[in-house]
Amino acid sequence: MPATPEAILRIQPSRGWASLGLGELWAYRELLYFLTWRDIKVRYKQTVLGISWAVIQPLFAMVIFTFFFGRVAKLPSDGLPYQLFAYAGLLPWTLFSNAVTNGSQSMIGSANLVTKVYFPRILVPIASVTTGLVDFALALLMLGPLMLVNRFHPSANALIGIPVAAALTFLTALGLSIWLSALVVRFRDLRHVIPFVVQLWMFATPIIYPLSMVPARWRWLVALNPMAPVVETFRGSLAGRPISVAALAWTALLAVVLILTGGVYFRRLERLFADLI
Amino acid sequence: MSDIAVRVENVSKLYRIGARIDPRTLRETLTDVLMLRRRVRDDAERDLWALRDVSFEVNRGEAIGIIGQNGAGKSTLLKVLSRITEPTGGRVEVRGRVSSLLEVGTGFHPELTGRENIQLNGAILGMTRAEIRQRFDEIVAFAEVERFIDTPVKYYSSGMYMRLAFAVAAHLEPEILIVDEVLAVGDAAFQAKSLRKMSDVAAHGRTVLFVSHNMPAVKSLCQTAIVLNGGQVIERGPSAAVVSRYLQRSTSRAGREDVARLIESLPPDPVFKLHAIRTLQNGQDTTTVVNGEPLHVAIEFEVFTTTLGLHVYFQLLDLEEVIIFESIHNGDVASQPLVEAGRYVATAVIPADLLAPRPYQLRVNAGIANVRACLPDAVRLSLDVQQTGVVNSAYPGYETPARIAPHLQWIVNRT
Repeated sequence: MPATPEAILRIQPSRGWASLGLGELWAYRELLYFLTWRDIKVRYKQTVLGISWAVIQPLFAMVIFTFFFGRVAKLPSDGLPYQLFAYAGLLPWTLFSNAVTNGSQSMIGSANLVTKVYFPRILVPIASVTTGLVDFALALLMLGPLMLVNRFHPSANALIGIPVAAALTFLTALGLSIWLSALVVRFRDLRHVIPFVVQLWMFATPIIYPLSMVPARWRWLVALNPMAPVVETFRGSLAGRPISVAALAWTALLAVVLILTGGVYFRRLERLFADLI
Repeated sequence: MSDIAVRVENVSKLYRIGARIDPRTLRETLTDVLMLRRRVRDDAERDLWALRDVSFEVNRGEAIGIIGQNGAGKSTLLKVLSRITEPTGGRVEVRGRVSSLLEVGTGFHPELTGRENIQLNGAILGMTRAEIRQRFDEIVAFAEVERFIDTPVKYYSSGMYMRLAFAVAAHLEPEILIVDEVLAVGDAAFQAKSLRKMSDVAAHGRTVLFVSHNMPAVKSLCQTAIVLNGGQVIERGPSAAVVSRYLQRSTSRAGREDVARLIESLPPDPVFKLHAIRTLQNGQDTTTVVNGEPLHVAIEFEVFTTTLGLHVYFQLLDLEEVIIFESIHNGDVASQPLVEAGRYVATAVIPADLLAPRPYQLRVNAGIANVRACLPDAVRLSLDVQQTGVVNSAYPGYETPARIAPHLQWIVNRT
C-alpha cells in the first residue's frame, strides 16, 4: 500500500462505524482495472462463444419473447416493433441481472484472494459489476443491426436516454451487489435465493410488456421498482418519447442510498471477512 | 524519522472455533426471530487465543525471523500484519509500504498466459502497472520461463508455475516485506537463487519479517529471531542463538514418554530385558537432533543368563520405511561373542555430518543369533534431524532428497 516513510499505518481493532475509505479505493484503482480485465480475459479465452455470450444472452431471450409474447400473445409494444421493444428492454435488464447475480457471489468466489492479500475488499463487487458493463457495451452494438433490420429510425432522445439509463442501471446494480456480496458471506443460503428473486423481479419490470399495459391504478406500484423507469427510458428514448426526470430521480435516489448504506455495511463486515469466508 | 519500521503492541487475536458466527444461514436467523430464540454462545470452550499480548519492534532494515511450532500463531501474526485479519486487541504501527507474501501465485489463473499472470499477480501484490512493465523482463529471466511466457499457465509444470509465482513476488520492492514460508519451491539451484534474492532484498535496507521452519534459512537471512509459542513471544534475540535454543527445547517429551511406556509394557523374556533407549548429543538427551554433532544411541539392557550370540541392534529408516543402515552392537567382530549376565549400556555413535536434515525412524531390537528375537517387535523412536553440519552448508535451506548426507572429501585440481 503506497505510503511515504513518514506516514504511519495503524492496524488496530476498528470500532463503530467504519469510514468508506474512498482515498484508499483511489489508490487501488489499478487493481480494479486488473480484476475486471482478468474476468473478461478469462471468459474470452475459455470458449469461442465466450465474449459473444454477452450478445447471445439478450438476443436469444429477445427471440423467444418475440415469438411467444409478441406473436402468439400479441402483447402491445408501445409503437416499437416487438423485437426492438424486447431487446431494448433486455439490454439494461441483462446488465442488471448479471451484475446482481455475479456481484452477490463475488466475495465468496474470491475467498482465495481475500485470505491471502490485502486490498480494499469492496473492489471485488465493483469489479464484478464493471465486467457486466463491458458485456452491456457489446450487446448494445447489436442494437444497430436490429434497428436496420426493422427499418427503424431511432430518435435523438436516445443519445441522452441510453447513457443515463445505463448509468442508473450500473449504479443500482452496484449498490445491490455491494449489499448482497457482504450478506452472502454472512448468510450462505442467501446465494440460492437470489437468482430466484431476480427472475421474479424481471416479471415485475415492464420488459415483456409495456408500462402502458398496466392498469392506471397499479402503475405507481410498478413505478416503485427502480428498474422500471430505467427500462422505460431506455426504450422510450429510442422511440422519441420524452424522458421522465421524476421517475429517473427515484431510481437515482435509490441507487445512491443503496451504494452508501451498502458501503457502510460492507466495511463493517469487512473486518470479519477473512475469518468468515 | 523513527528507526522503527514495525511496532507491535500487545496484539491479541481471538478466534471462536466451531460455529463461527451463529447463526450462519438466513433461514436460521429468521426462525430464531420468529420463535424468539436467542442463540447462546458457549464462550469458554469455543475461544481460541491465536495471539496473546504479542509485542515486539522491528528496526528499519532489520531482517527478523519468526519461528515456532505449528499452531504457535506465526501465520496469524502475519495475517494481522498484512491486514488480512483484524487484531482483537492491541495495535500495530507500520512505517513504510508493506508487501506480504503469504502464498505463492495468489490470484494466478490457469487460463491466462505467464505474461498475463505476471501482470495480474503483480497488481494483486501491490505493484503499479509501471513497475510491472519495468521489471517484467527481470521477472521472466529469474523464473527461467522465457520460452513459455505466452502459453497459458495451465500447461506449465508445477515447477515452472511455482518459479513464476515466486519470481513475481521476489521483485516486489516494498519497504517492508512479510514472507510466510515460501522458499521451498524449485530445485536446489532455484532455491539457492531464491534465498539469495531474499538476502538481496534484506541487504538493500529493507525490513523483512520471515516466518519459516527452515532453520538454516532463518539463520542465514535474519539477524534476529523471535519464537512464538501458544500465541506468545517467548524469546527474542540474535538468530543463531535463538534458533539453537529453540531446537534444543523442541524435545518432544510426549514422544519420549511413549517410548518409555512401551518399553515397560514389553512382555518378559527369560534371557533379555530392555530398560531404556536414549538418544544423546553433547551429553544431553534429545529427540530433535542436529547433524553437526555426533549422535549417541544408548541402549540400556539386562541379560539374565550368559548367552551366545545375544545382541542388540538398531536400524535407521526414513519415513518411507526404507532401511538405510543397521548396526549390531557386537556384530563387527570375527566370531559371535558370548554375552555374560549383567546390566549393560551399549552406545553407538552415529558420526556428525552423516545424517541428512530430514525425519528418520530408529528401530531398536534384540535377538539371539540363529535362535530367536528377544522382543516381539522393534521399539520405534522418531528422530527429526536438523541441519547444523558442514554438508551442503553452502546452500542453506536446500532440502536434499538424499536419505543420508555424508561429508566426503573432495580434491579439486585445476587443469
